[in-house]
Amino acid sequence: MTRPSRMEIEVRRMLETRPAPIPAGLSLRAAARGARLLRRRRVVRGSGWLLLVALVLVFTVWMAVAQPWDMPPAKTTPPVDDW
Amino acid sequence: MSERRSALADRRAREFEAFVTGAAGRLLHAATLLTAETPDANPRAQRLLTAALAQTYVEWDRLRGEDPYNRTRQELATRFARVSWRRQRTDGGVLAQLTPQERLVVVLRLYEQVAEEQTAALMGLPVERVRTVCRRSVAALCATRRSRPSGGPLRTAGGGPAQGSSEPGP
Repeated sequence: MTRPSRMEIEVRRMLETRPAPIPAGLSLRAAARGARLLRRRRVVRGSGWLLLVALVLVFTVWMAVAQPWDMPPAKTTPPVDDW
Repeated sequence: MSERRSALADRRAREFEAFVTGAAGRLLHAATLLTAETPDANPRAQRLLTAALAQTYVEWDRLRGEDPYNRTRQELATRFARVSWRRQRTDGGVLAQLTPQERLVVVLRLYEQVAEEQTAALMGLPVERVRTVCRRSVAALCATRRSRPSGGPLRTAGGGPAQGSSEPGP
């Protein structure tokens, strides 16, 4: 960390001007906006989970019904019966 | 479940309000310096700060010991960097003669006294660049101040950084 130069100190003093008055209800407005963002985020996350659960459910039902791991009966070779 | 959530929300609201009461003055000053507005007419600074504070509110339960002031300042800086590139016009203020990037460097480095490395990381610039911009802006501000010691409305003709950036005297 280098020592601040004389000009830097001068600029620092320039920046410490009269502070702006705090607008009334700033905290409430920010909190309300934050709460809205939180709510929206919660809704998005909730619907995401719902979608995921629905997809898993549909997939499971489809697996149970279609049983895609079963080999389909061979169609290319005719069954040999008479040896 | 909803009872717990509302208790949590109550606590969050209380803590958040206490934080804003303590920090708003300094943060609003920083925002007003950034937007180069005057302390009495700073709608853009107020909007910037409200948005940054709202983001801090969202993250309040997940701060995990991180300083909310630092978090808000970071949000303020990134938000300002995101929206300011298309706005060059300024309405006065101490830093009106600087570009938005120079203002951000000056406010972070000299007003908020954020370390050079952190400023560079926050702005996505190399440390060298931050140092250069800071030195150039300081020289420009001092030069303007010397040529206009009354401290009236600062407005350079070109709007660019001052040419004479040599250190004065021994």
